[in-house]
Amino acid sequence: MPPKTMAPNDVETAHRAGRLLWDAGRLTAKALEIRRDIITLLAKAQTGHSGGPLSCADFGTALFFHELNIDPAHPTWPDRDFWHFSIGHVTPIIYSLMAERGYFPLRDLMKFRAFDGHAQGHPSAHDTPGIEVSAGSLGQGLSVCCGVAMAARIDRHPRRIYCVMGDGEQQEGQIWEAAMFAGHYRLDNLCGMIDYNRKQIDGDVEDIIGIAPLADKWRAFEWNVLECDGHDLADILRAFREARGHRGQPTVILAHTVMGRGVSFMADDYRWHGKPPKPEQAEVALQELGTSYAEWSERLMKG
Amino acid sequence: MTPMTSTISLPPQVEMKKTREGFGRALVDLGERDPRIVVLVGDLSESTMVSFFAERFPERFIQVGIAEQNMMCIAAGLAAMGKIPFLATYGAFASCRAADQMRVTVAYTNLNVKIGGAHGGISVGPDGATHQAMEEISIVRSIPNMSMIVPCDYWETYKATIAAAKHAGPVYLRFGREDVPVVTSEDTPFTFGKGEVFAEGRDLTIIACGVMVYEALRAREALAERGITARVIDLHTLKPLDQALIERCARETGAIVTAEEHQVNGGLGGAVAEVVVRSHPVPMEFVAVMDRFGQSGKPAELMDAFGLRATDVVAAAERVLKRKSGR
Repeated sequence: MPPKTMAPNDVETAHRAGRLLWDAGRLTAKALEIRRDIITLLAKAQTGHSGGPLSCADFGTALFFHELNIDPAHPTWPDRDFWHFSIGHVTPIIYSLMAERGYFPLRDLMKFRAFDGHAQGHPSAHDTPGIEVSAGSLGQGLSVCCGVAMAARIDRHPRRIYCVMGDGEQQEGQIWEAAMFAGHYRLDNLCGMIDYNRKQIDGDVEDIIGIAPLADKWRAFEWNVLECDGHDLADILRAFREARGHRGQPTVILAHTVMGRGVSFMADDYRWHGKPPKPEQAEVALQELGTSYAEWSERLMKG
Repeated sequence: MTPMTSTISLPPQVEMKKTREGFGRALVDLGERDPRIVVLVGDLSESTMVSFFAERFPERFIQVGIAEQNMMCIAAGLAAMGKIPFLATYGAFASCRAADQMRVTVAYTNLNVKIGGAHGGISVGPDGATHQAMEEISIVRSIPNMSMIVPCDYWETYKATIAAAKHAGPVYLRFGREDVPVVTSEDTPFTFGKGEVFAEGRDLTIIACGVMVYEALRAREALAERGITARVIDLHTLKPLDQALIERCARETGAIVTAEEHQVNGGLGGAVAEVVVRSHPVPMEFVAVMDRFGQSGKPAELMDAFGLRATDVVAAAERVLKRKSGR
């Protein structure tokens, strides 16, 4: 069991500029904290999505605490990598990652979707420092990242661009317009990540509009396709390494995940896609995650 | 303070030139001056005239193919990285097909994307209704953060394109397909966000945009023969709207006719009426496409059939003056 709270010096290092390059063990511990944040802020707000944020928690933590070259204190640092969640509805994890990494105070998480907070239901560049492009209408983010990748190519800038997509989102036609574009222009500074949890609001992705064989589809669009266990931090880091080393093609990582991962009664149940836990359910979930609402909300309010 | 007035009087034969050529030429000049300028096109390089830019600056020209939604968001990504992207396609696709992308990714983020919508209006001609964009003003002006310019001729399109690059924020530019009369010159004043008084008058004001500015000036000549003096306003910027000028025209002339090559619902006329009813209500008449789709035909015969000629402006002026005097 990882420690319940991190020492202050750990918080400071988590806010550092540059790539943190944390190892799998440290990332696993941070991912547990991220899951506690997600359940706590959803319990407080009583609105928002539970399933996707929990399935993204492990590779999201690896992205923010290992891979990305960013400076949370200076979100528009010219040498930064660019990250974007095309699935805007997973704001619980986006904001948790941002706050834990130091973009804004942890206490802001307790005003998720609130009138007097900045943390909008879907990410808003106008409201939240560090959100570069607003999102919420599915299918648009990979195109945005293609534009960022083209800008880097024009400027001969070495930045890398990471775009998190959903598996249900693969049903949007614009995804494939962007996939065709990035394949055509061989944008090897671009890395797509798909939260492949096989669930969407109405049920199983394959029952609604099947997307399989997904890897073959991306290969056919001239992408380098990698797959990983989206809950195994060592395997996620391996995929990031391979993506970074690949030249001449964009890379997409199919991260095989479980919706609601980490909370027994949410896991693999599509009905948890778009709703928050009730207070008593949140308490059970947080106990499974080794804390309580009282303890974790206090940590957030103090942060 | 009274703004500068440039009375434009037209010769019998007016030079004809494409507005979209003003767009294409301005992009090259912008590209020379500012390395941030990037141009994107959706498989319409020749007809949107961005081909001039493509030849001069191939490294800053991005061919996106037939994927307007993708193009809108790629432009957003470029703008997020400090570029000033101009995208070019037909207005039907820029305003309708990519409307969600314009709303959510571009406008909500307030990104510095410039949208060039070519082939606006019924005068697109033989291609028919699908390609005759006539809803752009209503769509674009309803989206927060968006600005919109509908220039009247070649020179004004050139100036509008330069002004769009200077303005920080998303701008939609609408231009047409056909050669249209050049009513302004290189020296005619153009200020983003301000209407231009093209001719003075006391009895009514004709407020027009796009090619209808020419028709308004011709209508003014016909009205003058009957002893009626009409002020003509070129309201090239649809958003932000020059509310002070509209209010002044309502007060000083007591009657307004609007003229646009666009649907009557929510277009220039609607925008002007919103200001007039709030500030100084006066009788208004609308020359516009009356809530119907276009059709194939020659541009000139379509302009006649859809009631978008100087004679239609004159008829609207007569109606509005009758209502004015009936008060």
